[in-house]
Amino acid sequence: MMALLRRDLTLAVRAGGGFGLGLSFFLIVVVLVPFGVGPETALLGRIAPGILWVAALLACLLSLDRIFSLDFEDGSLDLLATSPLPLEGVVASKAVAHWLATGLPLVIAAPVFALLMSLPQEGYGPIVLSLLLGTPALSVIGAFGAALTVGIKRGGLLLSLLVLPLYVPTLIFGAEVARRGVEGQGYGPPLLMLAGISFAALALLPFASAAVLRVNLR
Amino acid sequence: MASIWEYANPLKFMRTTERLLPVVAVAAAVCLIGGLIWGFFFTPDDFRQGSTVKIFYIHVPSAMMAINIWGMMLVTSLIWLVRRHHVSALAARAAAPIGAVMTVIALFTGAVWGQPMWGTWWAWDPRLTSFLILFLFYLGYMALWAAIENDDTAADLTSVLCLVGSVFALLSRYAVNFWNQGLHQGASLSLDKEENVADVFWYPALVAIAGFVLLFVALVIVRTNTEIRARRTRALLARERLG
Repeated sequence: MMALLRRDLTLAVRAGGGFGLGLSFFLIVVVLVPFGVGPETALLGRIAPGILWVAALLACLLSLDRIFSLDFEDGSLDLLATSPLPLEGVVASKAVAHWLATGLPLVIAAPVFALLMSLPQEGYGPIVLSLLLGTPALSVIGAFGAALTVGIKRGGLLLSLLVLPLYVPTLIFGAEVARRGVEGQGYGPPLLMLAGISFAALALLPFASAAVLRVNLR
Repeated sequence: MASIWEYANPLKFMRTTERLLPVVAVAAAVCLIGGLIWGFFFTPDDFRQGSTVKIFYIHVPSAMMAINIWGMMLVTSLIWLVRRHHVSALAARAAAPIGAVMTVIALFTGAVWGQPMWGTWWAWDPRLTSFLILFLFYLGYMALWAAIENDDTAADLTSVLCLVGSVFALLSRYAVNFWNQGLHQGASLSLDKEENVADVFWYPALVAIAGFVLLFVALVIVRTNTEIRARRTRALLARERLG
């Protein structure tokens, strides 16, 4: 499992496999928003939590189809499926690799982007915390979507249509944490819900993803 | 004692449903026309909302159906995954577009009613929002069916999507409650006599709901049987090409 994780991470970093791409996309969205709504600091500060969350979600979405499609095309997925490691483990480690390559950089870079969006000072802690706890769910749910569409040629658009509705609860609680943080309210309950979604998704969804992958590899 | 699983045989299913279809279709037409005419012309106007309240006879049944059709798809998907009866998977497939249309009808009639009553076509109210999300789930489900060529693979994948989607749809339903306060009133219909609407509105509403359910059953029968026939034709053509 560790070896698979290391392999996927190395591929992501070296082979132009999306590492940095998600981050650049995040940056572009954050740069474009002020052009769209105007440079007013108060307005930007108010919409910053939501924009940052939506941007993070879209950046995650961008690299989802890479989770399985390359391995599916060159046959390494078949090898992985016949290896002693259960397919659930393969799915989980691939989702974790995706998170380490896409989600974690977003979390680390979020304060810088929050600065660009003139997020009020109180918001920094909550936005980083909510992204840290929420982006794993995005990767795991995304891996399920990627497993569903792996056999379909040019399934990228379909993947977005399938995955985006599944992202709704994560987005609601994540943005709510950040918004409450900015307004100086207690953000405990939504943060707990967000963590609950992430951990439940991490614990349960690999089974569904593996079942779906088995169908696709049949 | 005949078991329900006998109807997993496509032939038996088609024979029985085709005998039932005229009955169901006529009953659906009678209930729909009767219920709607009763509701529209023979009930008093609400003392504050005037005649706009009458859209209720379309809005409430379609909204109920939109949710219950997803539930029916969940059950048939489970039956397909566990017992692998093709009729079950086909029924789920046949139900999805009807569910999507019901969602649109509920949203549309709600908007038409909301404009004069709330002063807006649309508000980000929890109920309205969760219906929009439900509509997106229907779209994704149908798109996945359409995208995959192999029938069994498509049935498997959409069934799992339906299961996972149900969990997330429920989660979204409660998450949006958390996210915004509601504008939509609570449920008007209830089995509890105290909370229910007055009897004059209740009986025509019941007839209209029965009409929507029967209409749904009739449409599912037609669509499932069409799909069974289409598959047979394809199988025959494939056999001819081989022979």
